[in-house]
Amino acid sequence: MIALLIRDLRLALRAGGGFGLGLAFFLIITLLVPFSVGPQSQLLSTIAPGVLWMGALLACLLSLDRLLALDFEDGTLDVLATAPLPLEAALAVKGLAHWITTGLPLVIAAPFLAVLLNMPPQGFAWLVISLALGTPALSMIGTFGAALTVGIKRGGLLLSLLVLPLYVPTLIFGAEAARRGAAGMAVETPLFVLAGMSLACIALLPFAAAAALRMTLR
Amino acid sequence: MRLTLADVAVARGGVPVLSGVSFALNPGEAMILRGPNGAGKTTLLRTVAGLQPALSGSIDGATDAVAYAGHADGLKAMLSVAENLSFWARVYGRSDIAGGLDAYALGPLRDRLAGTLSAGQKRRAGLARLLVTGRPIWILDEPTVSLDSHAVTLFAAAVRAHLAQGGMALLATHIDLGLDARVCDISSWASLPDDLLGASDEAFL
Repeated sequence: MIALLIRDLRLALRAGGGFGLGLAFFLIITLLVPFSVGPQSQLLSTIAPGVLWMGALLACLLSLDRLLALDFEDGTLDVLATAPLPLEAALAVKGLAHWITTGLPLVIAAPFLAVLLNMPPQGFAWLVISLALGTPALSMIGTFGAALTVGIKRGGLLLSLLVLPLYVPTLIFGAEAARRGAAGMAVETPLFVLAGMSLACIALLPFAAAAALRMTLR
Repeated sequence: MRLTLADVAVARGGVPVLSGVSFALNPGEAMILRGPNGAGKTTLLRTVAGLQPALSGSIDGATDAVAYAGHADGLKAMLSVAENLSFWARVYGRSDIAGGLDAYALGPLRDRLAGTLSAGQKRRAGLARLLVTGRPIWILDEPTVSLDSHAVTLFAAAVRAHLAQGGMALLATHIDLGLDARVCDISSWASLPDDLLGASDEAFL
């Protein structure tokens, strides 16, 4: 399992691996929002948590179609499916690798970009915590979607259509936690729900993803 | 340890292609599958490897014992040959890749990125993966595609050494490797049209 994680991280960091793609996209979205809504600092600070969460979600979505498609094309998935490592574990590891290369950089970059959107500083910690709790769910749901669509040529659109509705609960509770944090209100309830959703995704979706992938490989 | 197929039927895309496949492989034995394009060689090999379920019949001895090499090599272009092989060795719980590098004369290429190799060199690296897995049953689908005659000799020697150590090999190939192996024409197992009834492998239909 560690071998697979190290290999995926190494591939992401080498040329053409796509590391930083999500981060750059996140940066562009948050940079463009002040230009599009105008220099009203009060309005910007109101919408900042929602914009940051939506940017993070779209940045996650951007790299999903590469998650399994490359391994499918070069035959790696065939070999992984016959390897001693259970396919469920392999997919959980691939989800983890996706989170480390996409979700984690977003979590780290979010407070710096929050400054650009004039978000109240008291909300920075809650923004980071809500993203840290929510992005694992995004990666795991994305892994499941990628497993469902991996055999389909140009499956990226289908993948987005399948995955976006599943992302909505995470987005609602994540953005709500960040918004409450920024407004100085109690954040426990949305954060607990968010953490619960992430844990449920991590626990259940590798099995669903493996079942979907076995169907695709036959 | 023995690979046994008893009355196995396989389907591809919902269409049964082979039925009544029965044979056994003992340690040290190899079997070569022959048949025209579309006869079902790849489908049978993928079924034995466990990548798809058989329609009926039983396959014994294959679970956690097979190393499968299909049409694709399972190499990552941005990793070196040694990194690719080490990864697969570790996935199979091993660490030694020297055997695989030596058998296919990959020593000079070990630090080259797999993406910069020629088709034949990639194939050699893909076949070396079977050696580093340490699995007893090799399942090879057209292993000699894009190999030159010298590499084919290396491959035949590697298979012979594997068999001498008590391994087994199931190959689909059209060229004569000079192996002491049973040759089996799979068209004798071709499905009859009336097998079509109720033979869909589509789970969602």
